[in-house]
Amino acid sequence: MIKRTVLKQRSQLLQQLRAFFYARSVIEVDTPMLSVAGVPDPHLHALNTRVQVAGKQKPERYYLHTSPEYPMKRLLCQGSGDIFYLGKVFRQDAISSRHQVEFVMLEWYRLGFSMFDLMAEVTHLLQQVLSTKRGGELSVEQLSYQQVFAKYAGIHHVFSASAAQYRACLAQYNIPEIVGVDPEDKALWEQLVLTEVIEPQLGVEGEKIAITFVYHYPASQAALAKISPENPEVAERFEVFVNGLELANGYHELADVSDYRARFETSLQERKQLGYASIPLDDHLLFTLEQQPLPDCSGVALGVDRLFALQQGFDNIDQGISFGLGES
Amino acid sequence: MATYSTNEFKNGLKFLMDGQPCSIVETTSVSPGKGQAFNRVRYRNLMTGRVLEKTFKSGEKVEAADVVDTDLQYLYADGDFWHFMDPSTFDQYQAMEAAVADVTKWLIEQDMCTVTLFNGQPIAVTPPKQITLEITDTDPGLKGDTAGTGGKPATLSTGAVVQVPLFVQIGEKVIVNTEKGEYISRAK
Repeated sequence: MIKRTVLKQRSQLLQQLRAFFYARSVIEVDTPMLSVAGVPDPHLHALNTRVQVAGKQKPERYYLHTSPEYPMKRLLCQGSGDIFYLGKVFRQDAISSRHQVEFVMLEWYRLGFSMFDLMAEVTHLLQQVLSTKRGGELSVEQLSYQQVFAKYAGIHHVFSASAAQYRACLAQYNIPEIVGVDPEDKALWEQLVLTEVIEPQLGVEGEKIAITFVYHYPASQAALAKISPENPEVAERFEVFVNGLELANGYHELADVSDYRARFETSLQERKQLGYASIPLDDHLLFTLEQQPLPDCSGVALGVDRLFALQQGFDNIDQGISFGLGES
Repeated sequence: MATYSTNEFKNGLKFLMDGQPCSIVETTSVSPGKGQAFNRVRYRNLMTGRVLEKTFKSGEKVEAADVVDTDLQYLYADGDFWHFMDPSTFDQYQAMEAAVADVTKWLIEQDMCTVTLFNGQPIAVTPPKQITLEITDTDPGLKGDTAGTGGKPATLSTGAVVQVPLFVQIGEKVIVNTEKGEYISRAK
């Protein structure tokens, strides 16, 4: 059972996060959780429900949001200015020590911020939340995707490495045997080197926790981030790791509607290839972007249950939530 | 043959790996949010007792293993096999040495044991947690020492050797814990 002291700490964290944004004139928005559309990214699995809408014979299918990204972007197009969302999102993934089906997300967008500007703001926020409870300022490391493979896996040319090199790396680090992956599936072996070899070493400095940023992900993993103007092989996307745990994922956001359409189309194709169900695209978002492109901005989504677990030193995020799915 | 997909994985699930029966000790799902999901699995090979690790791509399948724990009565050993019987059906089972090697010194005829069957064949035997055995050999010990301050080895009727207090003598019956191989007390 969760103790009152833990509930109180969690309440203080939520208050602290809101205060951080109020102090910067970023306003809170509470966008809808239900939408007729979903995120086509094949690795996000949305829950859905049926809603009886007036004038319809049968209940209509609505998707629970996996993040507030699309409605927030519509608000940005319509001139909202800097905004944040702090609330529940839903993702159909197996429950583990680091994932719950419904979890609290903090997502924010900053006009005129570059990817590096936003990384600096994320650092401020994390130092504020983590440093007092975890023994002072955390050391911060910023590495590109390429540098992180070189430093933590000994793979110096990630964009030209072969599947065999990745497999050899996993063996060298004594990673248990992997079942079900085609020996030549380079992208998947690269992912495994990242999740099995590299990520556990990120955000750790000796005995202490630290903050590690990984940025300039390959263009193939751009999601909705801009491609770097200096290097077309990489996207202006970053992730943040603390104590081996992925905490946040941010982009310098795509602005143009034609880019959105192209990325959505690719995602729908990937879904088809993987045999996943298709999902309706967000016409409201596409329509809004057509009228008015997204203002230049960067945005980031951060897992608050993970942040709270890190702040408190919990091994499992369920130690910091009132009731998990098994008890709800 | 029944199969289990990774989303059915849970602790205690019995499956076949390289033809050998295994049981899941721990399973953790890893969903990177931007890539393919995997399951990290720790499992025990039920033939060897070794705990191993493998990572399965989400959606991979394993074959179910026909493994059941059943309560059987130990009958006798004939030199090649150890014989057990289901007292309700009178079905008999022969266990090979590999299945009983660790526990032969705790097997007493007529005792009920938990026998793990794989495809109907015994692969492991767990004797009762406490059993009573007679001491067949031990040092007489020092006269007058009844406090049991020290200990001495004693050989039991099954051949097992345990540490017993000095005051326990040949011919007496003692209760022992079979998991730890320890003396508990004298039997009345």
